[in-house]
Amino acid sequence: MAQTNLLARWREKKDLAKLDGYKLAGGFRALRKALIMKPADIISEMKKATIRGRGGAGFPAGMKWSFVPPGEGPRYLVINADEGEPGTFKDRALLSEDPFRIIEGAVIAARAVGLTAGYLYVRGEFFEIAQRFEKAIADARKGGYLGKNILGSGFSFDLFVHLGAGAYICGEETALLESLEGKPGRPRLKPPFPAVKGAFARPTVINNVETIAAVPMILEMGGDAFHALGVQGDGGVRLFGLSGHVNRPGLYEFPVGKNLRELIFEDGGGIVGGKALKGVIPGGSSTPILLPGEIDVAMTCDSMRNAGTMLGTGCATVIAEGTCIVQVALRVARFYAHESCGQCTPCREGCAWMAATIERIEKGTAELRELDLLLEMARNIKGRTICPLGEAAAMPIEAFVTKFRDEFEAHIRAGGCPSHVG
Amino acid sequence: MQLAFSADNEARIGRLLAEYPDPKACLLPALYIAQEQFGYLTHEVMELVAERIGLPPGEVLSTATFYSMFKKRPTGKYHIQVCGNVSCFLKGSDRLMAALEKMLGIRDGETTEDGLFTLSTVQCLAACGTAPALQVNDTYHEEMTPEKVVALVNRLREEGR
Ligand SMILES: Cc1cc2nc3c(=O)[nH]c(=O)nc-3n(C[C@H](O)[C@H](O)[C@H](O)COP(=O)(O)O)c2cc1C
Ligand code: SF4
Ligand code: FES
Repeated sequence: MAQTNLLARWREKKDLAKLDGYKLAGGFRALRKALIMKPADIISEMKKATIRGRGGAGFPAGMKWSFVPPGEGPRYLVINADEGEPGTFKDRALLSEDPFRIIEGAVIAARAVGLTAGYLYVRGEFFEIAQRFEKAIADARKGGYLGKNILGSGFSFDLFVHLGAGAYICGEETALLESLEGKPGRPRLKPPFPAVKGAFARPTVINNVETIAAVPMILEMGGDAFHALGVQGDGGVRLFGLSGHVNRPGLYEFPVGKNLRELIFEDGGGIVGGKALKGVIPGGSSTPILLPGEIDVAMTCDSMRNAGTMLGTGCATVIAEGTCIVQVALRVARFYAHESCGQCTPCREGCAWMAATIERIEKGTAELRELDLLLEMARNIKGRTICPLGEAAAMPIEAFVTKFRDEFEAHIRAGGCPSHVG
Repeated sequence: MQLAFSADNEARIGRLLAEYPDPKACLLPALYIAQEQFGYLTHEVMELVAERIGLPPGEVLSTATFYSMFKKRPTGKYHIQVCGNVSCFLKGSDRLMAALEKMLGIRDGETTEDGLFTLSTVQCLAACGTAPALQVNDTYHEEMTPEKVVALVNRLREEGR
């Protein structure tokens, strides 16, 4: 399967991040088309495209757009540029290399759903990228592509950048809304769903950066053609990432359905130092690890689920033999314990307890029976929380302990890391 | 002395208020502006923000303390933040941290006596494909090695004098 450059156009085209360069590359053609289309027809193209959300949960975007009830008054678009799921590094590239595409996609989304204003919620660490993005927004306004009466069509929509401030939980859509409104990022109970009652208690569409960046492409090539690039029910191309112990880490673009083993061993050049593969975290640190024998799988939302894990953000972390898996599990557990917002007891207490237990296993001061307690704790978090962070923490820990139980036991027996590799 | 925003920052906050349907939504951006002007967020600074946005000081405090990027204490001129998450760990971030601790003579979370450097571990910076990564204030440094870290600190020491 050959790489495509449909999203990652910056590999072929120069100066995309400048308004002139973007226009030269055919920019705003899709917007002109959208401005004369019926809004319902734009949504229908999105449905035909079967593009599934690129932020991790894989919800069909066309369907999400159609959930917003008709009516008057302000309605918002929120673009999720929080990119916090460990192992994930794709939105950062889109934001810096092709900002006008995100702006164009936002205006098309707004026109399709009837949205009046939008916010790009960017993680605070991307401060420099956010500043450049604000410049792009200003240029787009000057060019008539954003703001009042866009390209003389009578349609108005404006977009603003909103900086987060270092809280992973604000990537979760309802926590993000709280944060946008100036509050601590504590997730809301659903329902009501954001489509009905979102930002400022108004109907709101929330999409990931990559989902929005794909919108102009979908309108230009047509929903059916976009769908045909991918697989049934999971259309198009997406950005995939490789990090960790792989010879050629970085971003890749392939049709949905790319084989994970092929991505690592052919495109990624295999494992560093010719070592054996130990495991792959396929789509961000909340997705359960796959063993070497489990990676011959198509990267689609459904086939990854059938393989017992999730496609998540599409960015895989590759782990070579010789790595202490207890150390890896400890970093994952500590992360979620640190980022729990503390609202739900099972998540707050459970995540802290899991991290503390793994820390003692790693140090060699735990007892064997604690492994089963650890699994039980993970099971007890799942399904008992307001937002999916609890599950995001429990699932990977369950997988580490189940799939590498020998290694956890060896730490306990040896009173520390037996191979001294961690 | 009564704290006040500079004329420039006052104007920025004024513009921000027009971007949101609810003034409360300006709180995070206003805290950033305050932090930029005053260095870190004391109670007085938070009260100033509260007054300007029209919020009870308690709400400003509870929001400000929720977010790790709002500083409640002074930090060094250069805040070195090393990613300690999985992808960076796999590519040797522990060695970067060790090199920095040795060179600066401080531990994770501390500030050098001359006030030049603060060192801390951060979570994934979304630079995993170019790991290991660190940030100095707002600037990314990727594909780092202990040697590159030494050169970076030496350069910052020169510049920071
Ligand atoms: C704990 C947690 C963190 C999340 N972080 C992000 C994130 O950083 N970026 C993102 O786009 N989605 C993130 N999501 C998913 C969002 O809640 C939401 O599903 C997504 O923004 C919707 O956009 P999409 O349908 O286009 O993918 C997170 C979800 C959870 C539960
Ligand atoms: S699951 Fe965790 S992060 Fe989510 S709302 Fe509950 S305590 Fe907060
Ligand atoms: S793990 Fe370090 S940047 Fe992602």
